Amino acid sequence: MLDRVLFYFFAGIAVASAALMVTRRNVVHSAIFLITALLATAGIFLQLRAEFLFIVQIILYVGGIMVLFVFVIMLVNLDVALQQIQFARQKWVALIVALALAGQVGVMFWTSGKMPGQGLPVLTAVAANRLPLNSEAVAKSLFDSYLLPFEIASVLLLVAMIGAVVMAKKRA
Amino acid sequence: MLPIENYLFLSLALFIIGVIGVVTRRNVIVVLMSIELILNAVNINLVAFSRLYGDVAGQVFALFIIADAAAEAAVGLGIIIAFFPEPRNGAGGRNGFVEVVA
Amino acid sequence: MMNAALQATLEFLKLYWAPLLCGVAVVAILPLIVGYIVLVERKIMADMQARLGPMRVGPHGLLQPIADALKLLIKEDIIPENADKLVFWLAPVLSVGAGLLSLAGLAIGPAFQIAQDINIGILFVVGISALGIFGIVLGGWASNSHYSLMGALRSSAQLVSYETAAGMALVSALLFTGSLNIKSIVEAQSKEGIWFVLLAPVAFFTYLVASIAETNRAPFDLPEAESELVAGYMTEFSGFRWSLYFLAEYTNMIVVASVATTLFLGGWLRPFASVHELPGFHFLNFLDFIPTLLLVAIAAYCVVRTPKQPTRVQELFMLAVAGLCFVVALVLAAPVVLRVIKPSLREAIAPFYAGIHGGFWFIFKVSLYIYFFMWLRFTIPRYRFDQLMRLGWHFLIPLSIINVLLVGVALIVGAHFQLHGWGLLLVTTPAAIVALVAAFLILALEKQHDARQEQTAASDFYAG
Repeated sequence: MLDRVLFYFFAGIAVASAALMVTRRNVVHSAIFLITALLATAGIFLQLRAEFLFIVQIILYVGGIMVLFVFVIMLVNLDVALQQIQFARQKWVALIVALALAGQVGVMFWTSGKMPGQGLPVLTAVAANRLPLNSEAVAKSLFDSYLLPFEIASVLLLVAMIGAVVMAKKRA
Repeated sequence: MLPIENYLFLSLALFIIGVIGVVTRRNVIVVLMSIELILNAVNINLVAFSRLYGDVAGQVFALFIIADAAAEAAVGLGIIIAFFPEPRNGAGGRNGFVEVVA
Repeated sequence: MMNAALQATLEFLKLYWAPLLCGVAVVAILPLIVGYIVLVERKIMADMQARLGPMRVGPHGLLQPIADALKLLIKEDIIPENADKLVFWLAPVLSVGAGLLSLAGLAIGPAFQIAQDINIGILFVVGISALGIFGIVLGGWASNSHYSLMGALRSSAQLVSYETAAGMALVSALLFTGSLNIKSIVEAQSKEGIWFVLLAPVAFFTYLVASIAETNRAPFDLPEAESELVAGYMTEFSGFRWSLYFLAEYTNMIVVASVATTLFLGGWLRPFASVHELPGFHFLNFLDFIPTLLLVAIAAYCVVRTPKQPTRVQELFMLAVAGLCFVVALVLAAPVVLRVIKPSLREAIAPFYAGIHGGFWFIFKVSLYIYFFMWLRFTIPRYRFDQLMRLGWHFLIPLSIINVLLVGVALIVGAHFQLHGWGLLLVTTPAAIVALVAAFLILALEKQHDARQEQTAASDFYAG
């Protein structure tokens, strides 16, 4: 019961914040709503007992990426942006196509399991109090099976860092 | 854990809202933020299935997606800062808009 | 449906009433505690400047925080003209919320923890307290003032820069534990018999400096210094909103001190705690009496100073404080004395001993750490902003990263030779020395490089 309350609470906040984020005129408001959407996603992770990912989402996504976004937004002149047209000319076509996509995938989820031999597996998840310790499990997996992707990710971050520094340097 | 459909629909909703944001908005920064929303929707999907199967690989994948999103946001925002130069002589200013070429 | 919801709520309350009550208590009492920490800071500042500090409101100025709180509450709420009202309201709330939420993961003693047994313990505290950055940035932006925005950007840049160094320093200490759980960290220190401050001194030093920068305390308080940017991001906030920012700052100080205490200073352990049962070291058990003796000494001092007070109210007040200290001393002495007198009750008393004495030692160490913060504030002049960033990026981050590597190597070598506890000092001390030398070398090389560049630039100037 607690699981269900938490899920609907966080899911509601996530969807509402996302919808608000996409429609605000003021970019700072959009950023704030994205922050709440990300925090709600972290809550979903916590509800799924993925504790390490919960805190990584908060530290990296909210505490790192969103701070970066907010910094850049403040360096951008907002007054001019507020007067201009916010939505592109193709907004209605885009909306229809996106909703069609949503409808297709939604129907696929809805009918899965109702047709024989198709659809999502009928599994039951392990009970919450019998799950292994999350941080230890993720760490073990990261350094055992997924060591190569881990190293490649660090090279990727190094490349991104160098790229950002190069772009920020003044032309000599 | 709730039945997997709940998480799938949540992930779908966030994904579609992100797609609408990317395709519809003209402000580059809002487009980048919508991309982050799409990545988060995918993360929810991955973690939900990881919990269903009891395999922690889904969470590790989501971790890599977060790291990747960080790198991409950094580079994307750096490009915005580099592309829209500082305003000169009181011009309109860096306003982060992608001009639609008619 | 309503019945099921009611049933579920009752079940939830039955399971979680204790943490909820502790949480409510902490949120209710924390403003009072923070108020008195501010008073203590003003008294210490006064003492270091050879004066008396607040003496007017209440005996020895002890009602000063209450007067301040009342004033802040009834002050007019001014919002700047074109400020964004939503964000202006939200910013202090974010700061305070982040600080208070991170308090939930801390453990004051083995028995006092609001959110019990979190798998990601210390990472939760550090991560949530990093959310306070938004309160600063959004507050500065919402004030619709250039100076506030600059102060906010500087402040958050500083916080972000020192977060990495602080995190790496924590990782160095976590290498000895193997777990992020707070109880496991303190138990590891108890098992090794040595606090991690001795095993990883460079990490402690890095965390000390980084935590001062994280909380915007002097000497890293340029963003909120009065002579620089008025009050930086807090300029346009008045009355209750300002007091929320203030509360957030001191709550962050408590959180950071608690994290350092847990990881480096042995948490709730008494010095030499693991020699409790070891034969041959029993003489060290006299340390059990230090809490009691300390409080009795304070009570005696109050009694001695009573005749020297100018007014009758202050005399009575001194006697009251002496009485209070004496009562607390008795409470602290009870488990220890009972244990000596009646050895049969040892098991029954153990949780009380652990709880009460653990709580005392933890609060004692946190107070020492915060006193050190205050001491630094009134001793060292401010860092300029570029000097501050240089220190963070060019010194602390390389130092902490090299330290993690070297401590890891030291641990592997120690495990190979099967060193435990105090024996690990043999490998970790050389690692610490090498890390420091390497960091200073990097700094010296950079200085050389900069000097050389300046030389070439200067010669171009004269040539051109």
